[in-house]
Amino acid sequence: MSETAAILVADVAAPPPGALLRRRALAHKGLMIGAGILGFIVLLALLAPLIAPYDPHAQDLAKRLVPPWWYEGGSRAHPLGTDNLGRDYLSRIIYGARISLLIGCAVMVISGLIGTALGLAAGYFGRRVDMVLTFILTVRLALPLILVALAIVATVGGSLTVVILVLGLLKWDRFAVVMRAATQQVRALDYIAAAQATGASTLRIVLGEVLPNVLPQLVVVATVEAASAILLEAALSFLGLGVQPPVPSWGLMIAEAKTYMFFSMWLIAIPGVALSLLVLSINMVGDGIRDVTAPGGRN
Amino acid sequence: MLAYSLQRLALAVLVAIAVSALAFLLLRASGDVAIALAGEGARVEDIENIRRIYGLDRPVLTQYLDWASRLLHGDFGQSLYFKSDVGGLVLDKLPTTALLAILSLGFALGISVPLGVLAALYVGSWIDRLCLVVAVVGQALPNFFFALVLMLIFAVSLRVLPVSGSETWAHFVLPTIALGYYVAPPFMRLVRTGMIEVLDSDYIRTARAKGLSRGSVVFKHALPNALVPVVALAAVQLGFLLGGSIVIETVFALDGLGYLAFQSITHKDVPVTQAIVTLLAFIYVGLTLAADLANAWLDPRMRVAR
Repeated sequence: MSETAAILVADVAAPPPGALLRRRALAHKGLMIGAGILGFIVLLALLAPLIAPYDPHAQDLAKRLVPPWWYEGGSRAHPLGTDNLGRDYLSRIIYGARISLLIGCAVMVISGLIGTALGLAAGYFGRRVDMVLTFILTVRLALPLILVALAIVATVGGSLTVVILVLGLLKWDRFAVVMRAATQQVRALDYIAAAQATGASTLRIVLGEVLPNVLPQLVVVATVEAASAILLEAALSFLGLGVQPPVPSWGLMIAEAKTYMFFSMWLIAIPGVALSLLVLSINMVGDGIRDVTAPGGRN
Repeated sequence: MLAYSLQRLALAVLVAIAVSALAFLLLRASGDVAIALAGEGARVEDIENIRRIYGLDRPVLTQYLDWASRLLHGDFGQSLYFKSDVGGLVLDKLPTTALLAILSLGFALGISVPLGVLAALYVGSWIDRLCLVVAVVGQALPNFFFALVLMLIFAVSLRVLPVSGSETWAHFVLPTIALGYYVAPPFMRLVRTGMIEVLDSDYIRTARAKGLSRGSVVFKHALPNALVPVVALAAVQLGFLLGGSIVIETVFALDGLGYLAFQSITHKDVPVTQAIVTLLAFIYVGLTLAADLANAWLDPRMRVAR
């Protein structure tokens, strides 16, 4: 009797794993701050047409290089000032969030699909499949990414689609490395053998048993890759071989402002800070998810 | 060890062949070189002529084999834009980039090893948190933006360092900091976790129990073991640095391989771009091979040939 009671109490006292995870996530300061900043930027991007005070492409040559409102000569009409073509900087920053987030998500999905498929296959099947896929991975890692991406964009012509495709098709390496290692670990566990014994198909085991158990690692790599894709797009656009004007990409805005930066340093500071904040928030979310899902925590 | 080394070497050669072929294919297939060469407004006959002169009308495989066999004889071909020998052009710029890469790696290790060790010694303290902030900010800061900020502060406001160029040692200071900080965060994390793990191990407890001084335990017993994985990371990061130097060299107009690569890309000078991509890929393959062999030499467990 008392034994049953003890079990019942234990059942009631131990919260379901989902609730436990939620509690740990809410207690994680870095994760909450990161998620807050990221959520704010996502909101800005989604509601851009409602929030942005001006059309991000509208030029007003009479109001070129107006400084932000906290500078002398700044005005409330353009809180973050205007650029060299008299375009409202705040509106361009808000619309720029769309470009960065779109690049981050799209590249993450494309490279994630390729890398996860390769990593799962290499880790699950092992032997020859692993050898061949590891070879492909080694070849990919030997290619200097920025250089190849720049060269391809230069010959094909820069546009949002081209940048997404080039980065997506090149950046799957980290997904493959992490998924391969994680799958190798999970594969040796008893429940995989049990699933095999019940006669489940390989596809079902990989997608139903392996994938859910390597999901935390997958989510962490996905955040790292989204952040790194955003930085790469900014670098490509900064070098003039990414998204083309007049698209309000933050990297491109820094490139356009380079000539004026000695007199109007806010022109590079504002998009630079926006870019850093976005990447920082994504990395904080990624680190937070790793801490919350890993039993050991940060160490 | 010999069997393992030979096997690794054979694999490296295979990877080198595959990557050179892939680079060739990617750069040739991504656009029509002849049309790019002929420029805007070129007539169809002009483009055909250019195809014939440069041998672009032959099958891709023939073109690759021709290019590869010349490469083995040390002939990188002729630059289309600079109108000179590609090999000479690349060799001319290589020392600048090599110097920048080594300085940057030195800078990265110089800040990340002490910070990582301190963070591991005082886990949870303010120094640990500072280390985390330095690493997290380093990962989030776009390297070209950081380079411009450095330029604004030290070259424009304080006027202590030159804005751009590559004539004196002073021209290397800002690029070194910009590129070094860009690759430092992974080192910092690796040193920190490595040190925490090592400091927790049995032999360190023994060393402490013997009554050795704290400095001796940390620097003579713990640090060398914590640095083993750092050697492997350094090899990989050096290859990464060479790629990242394209952005930094372009920002500072530092006349190295990265800047040459950027110029060749914008002028559609495919032979030069191809030579640099292939060279960087080969350097990466060589570095990872060296790192694997060094690791196998340091740790016999890794010598198992598969």
